[in-house]
Amino acid sequence: MSSQPAAVIGIGQTKHKKRRDDVSLPGLVREAAQRALDDAELTWKDIDAVVLGKAPDPFEGVMMPELSMADALGANGKPMMRVHTAGSVGGSTALVATHLVQTGVHDRVLTVAYEKQAEGNAQWGLAGGRSGGMGAGGIFAPWMRSYIKQSGAPEDIGWKVAVKDRLNACKNPYAHLQLKDITIEAVKESPVIWDPIHFHESCPSSDGAVAMVLTNEKGAKKAPRKPAWVLATAMRSELGVFPGRNNVRPQAGVECAHMIYDQAGITNPREQIDMAELYVPFSWYEPMWLEGHDIAGPGEGWQMVADGSTEIDGSFPVNASGGVLSTNPIGASGMIRFAEAALQVRGEAGEHQVKDAHVALAQAYGGSAQYFAMWLVGDELDAVAKKK
Amino acid sequence: MAKKTEDIAIVGYAQSPSYRQAELTEPQFLYPVISEALERAGVPRREIGFTCAGSCDYLSGQTFAFVMNLDAVGAWPPISESHVEMDGAWALYEAWVRLQHGDIDTALVFGSGKSSPGKPAEVFPLQMDPYTLTPLGADPVSLAALQARAMLDAGKITEDEMAEIAARSRKSAVNNPYAQVKGDDDPAVLLKEPYVTAPLRKHDLPPISDGASAVVLATTEKAKELTDHPVWIRGIDHRIDIHQPGMRDLTESPSTRLAGKNAGVKGKFDFAELSASFSHQEKLLCDELGLGKDVEINLSGGPLAANPVMAVGLTRFVEAARLIAEGGKKRGVAHATSGQALQQNLVAVLEAE
Repeated sequence: MSSQPAAVIGIGQTKHKKRRDDVSLPGLVREAAQRALDDAELTWKDIDAVVLGKAPDPFEGVMMPELSMADALGANGKPMMRVHTAGSVGGSTALVATHLVQTGVHDRVLTVAYEKQAEGNAQWGLAGGRSGGMGAGGIFAPWMRSYIKQSGAPEDIGWKVAVKDRLNACKNPYAHLQLKDITIEAVKESPVIWDPIHFHESCPSSDGAVAMVLTNEKGAKKAPRKPAWVLATAMRSELGVFPGRNNVRPQAGVECAHMIYDQAGITNPREQIDMAELYVPFSWYEPMWLEGHDIAGPGEGWQMVADGSTEIDGSFPVNASGGVLSTNPIGASGMIRFAEAALQVRGEAGEHQVKDAHVALAQAYGGSAQYFAMWLVGDELDAVAKKK
Repeated sequence: MAKKTEDIAIVGYAQSPSYRQAELTEPQFLYPVISEALERAGVPRREIGFTCAGSCDYLSGQTFAFVMNLDAVGAWPPISESHVEMDGAWALYEAWVRLQHGDIDTALVFGSGKSSPGKPAEVFPLQMDPYTLTPLGADPVSLAALQARAMLDAGKITEDEMAEIAARSRKSAVNNPYAQVKGDDDPAVLLKEPYVTAPLRKHDLPPISDGASAVVLATTEKAKELTDHPVWIRGIDHRIDIHQPGMRDLTESPSTRLAGKNAGVKGKFDFAELSASFSHQEKLLCDELGLGKDVEINLSGGPLAANPVMAVGLTRFVEAARLIAEGGKKRGVAHATSGQALQQNLVAVLEAE
């Protein structure tokens, strides 16, 4: 076993919005990367390797864009990798970078994820590059309906999640949607786009990038700001379609969560984890993942939403950043979850800071809810033990 | 490598034939390749600790094309798995890193691609800078021709040498059942052929290929348990150079030089398997890696004989492992490249026990 601790010492995001006409593709990623370096008080020269992630290349029409981004990301003469694991890619990319540090292959790694969706047509891309496709919502909608039927959840749970995340986003200056006046009524009255999903229960399409600098224990001790320690990492995948598959609670998601809990010594996630950033592109996925990752028991996920537990000041805040429902540059969305979890345990989330966030979980999923990537971060290496 | 890393071994490997146009889908021709690599390794599918794939959506002309390839792995029950939008050689690198943790002891790596459905001259310009080069239609053959011209002008190669490299590759490929372009050609005859894009003739170009390859990796302890003939990865590193061809000296490949140095390319080698997709690149790579005339280059025929893009780099590892485990060779170099005119390069040193 040759694994050593890794920590996040720099975090940077772009202002996410519908269309970033003011920057090129390299300009977008560089904006996030420069902010992460500034946060870590490092320069481009201090970086040993760059790991880039994004969703399908046809979204922007640039094939293997890491090649033309090498210059903008200061990668010339360095190792550069490009990860692509569907919607979970932002998470997987951060994990590849983390592993490079944990194994001692590199001391300081820059990891970046982005999507510039206004350059193309994401709905076309999500339909596998065919016209007339269902899009992601079309795939997930029957599974959400299935969850509602199985759990007996009232219809307003999805609306509540939509309102909560949008109001959280108003506390996050980087978030795309800033819907200060959103109400349950407004969500309910918005058009149904894929039953049970109303327009306001769906994620937007965003341009944006996020970056992190990861380093080892020695580097973390020299960092100007508090590091976020990586306490556990896991990736898990399964086939997207086969007879008997549990689409509501995919086994890969269950196993991914338990790999994290086992590594970190967590026996009661609800109590030992202070907050979570979960990939919730459609409102109903909040209770579905709470149950799908055994944070809540069967049928209890929606009750956590109903009783306000997942509000920013609740007992188990979910997506204090506003989540994917407020910001969705697809390839970056997973890494934004990972970065936001790190921001929380560093105590640097500003207005959307969760009180006493010592241990935070981040999750990303992709494909037909078949790819999962997660990490658990803490304000100290023994943050979980300290909670017992 | 400045850091101390554990030696990882190749314990299983396989490749598909290089098809000009595969009738089968990518998962269909991947499945037997993965099965064969696992069988050779003697590791059941369910026991693999980590799986990593390399492929490219743009070759298939379809978003999320790699998702289908999971069918060839058989990802049920769920597996720990990742994917790079790069040649399978970089998937091998990710798996090599993952194995350094020591909590798992085997990894499955594969690379696959179907180039035949698209037109490379139209698809690959999309790999270049989208603002300045894609609109010009900067395709691989044109960029390689600029590189070959620069090498000719610098006196680093001659057209005769290029034809000799091509003829030797085709001749070596005669003994490779997986190769696509093979034969006994006289370099003098090849030189009478017209240019495709001057100074490149057809023999200087790689074929258009569909295909796949797979490798099974194991930690030191596990490798010794699995086989008497592990093929050790003694060093591995990869580097990228500046993208804009106009800002590079195309007659050099600093990234290859640096990756070779970090991978420990020095001393005596029996052979090298190089991802030289164009004849002149073989010479350039040998120069950068310091490989002399005593080193046998691309005994498999190399990419000039079989060029399944996204697998072709990993196939260098497969061929190198085959030469060591079955061919009695002791020490070799495996090289993979990404981007045009050798922008990004990965180098590894492989050894017998």
